[in-house]
Amino acid sequence: MSKWKIITQGIIKENPTFVLVLGMCPTLGTTTSAINGMSMGLATTFVLMLSNYVISLLAGFIPSKVRIPAFIIVIAIFVTVVQLVMQAYVPALYQTLGLFIPLIVVNCIVLGRAEAYASKNKPLDSFLDGLGSGLGFTLALTVLGIVRELLGAGSFFGLKLIPGDAILVFILAPGAFLALGYLMVLFNKLKKA
Amino acid sequence: MEYILIIISAVFVNNIVLNQFLGVCPFLGVSNRISTAVGMSAAVLFVMTLSTLITYLIQMYVLNPLQIGFMQTVTFILVIAALVQMVEIVLKKISPALYQALGIFLPLITTNCAVLGVAILVVTQEFSFGGTPALLTLPQALVYTAAMAAGFGLALILFAGMREHMELVGVPQPFKGVPIALITAGILALAFMGFSGIV
Repeated sequence: MSKWKIITQGIIKENPTFVLVLGMCPTLGTTTSAINGMSMGLATTFVLMLSNYVISLLAGFIPSKVRIPAFIIVIAIFVTVVQLVMQAYVPALYQTLGLFIPLIVVNCIVLGRAEAYASKNKPLDSFLDGLGSGLGFTLALTVLGIVRELLGAGSFFGLKLIPGDAILVFILAPGAFLALGYLMVLFNKLKKA
Repeated sequence: MEYILIIISAVFVNNIVLNQFLGVCPFLGVSNRISTAVGMSAAVLFVMTLSTLITYLIQMYVLNPLQIGFMQTVTFILVIAALVQMVEIVLKKISPALYQALGIFLPLITTNCAVLGVAILVVTQEFSFGGTPALLTLPQALVYTAAMAAGFGLALILFAGMREHMELVGVPQPFKGVPIALITAGILALAFMGFSGIV
């Protein structure tokens, strides 16, 4: 498979959110605005790329019986890196995303790609696979963030478009479920057409 | 009184799934039958309380005195993964009946973000139950965790009941499967919003 195809596969055909339905917790929890969703997606992409790369390098040395705990430790190390970097350079964003940054460790997408792809493929391919899946995840989170922000606050990336009050519920918890549900319906409909 | 406040707040007001978005994967994944929902809830209650007990002690007596708080994520996930394995082995020997009931759910719990999420929450977030904000003490943390797990169980079982009924209804093609489940969860979350402001 060409390198380009490895990347694009994760974005649309195997989109982690809309097609595989993985990593729902951060998808719902951090998309109160477009910028929050995008940042969460990029943080996850960073972890995915590097953990895929390192796991692919190590896969030959790890006995298959203890591979899952070993993968989790590699992932946890990169999550800690992201945590410390974000705390130092973007403390406000770190506060908003809060608990969901350490929870990248248990994001099923990251462990899923490690087990399904990185443990069986070459380091560079695994890196690109991580990039593709990460971008697919980022795309889904950004779209959901844009929709929720537009409906719930009347703004687009912080820019106020609709004056006056908006439908506040879309920024609150129930709106996350409803918005993602209807977006998936739309995605299914478009995929069939 | 304080404990009652903690329980009501954790089960209803800040429901772990419908308000905090932790454990959404098992919430969508194992909610097709009420019986499996009950099994999963029991396994989560058991593992979550046990893991919080251990991670709380590690945070207070190992990580904090040594000032290596940045190791929190790595340590906690290791402890949880090891604990789940151990619980599985111990249950198999001691109580085969319980193992039969919870067995298939245990491996799924390691990657259930609710367990790690609550373990981190109780050692980092400050709560104010009628007083000044402060970190939870160990008994408070355990009650809070158990109540969080009960909230997970409540949401999961309610939701499974709704999905069992929904199988009998004709749902439009694009809505089938996950989308309708998410929309139903949204309506359930709307209902739970009615509890906000109680505590």
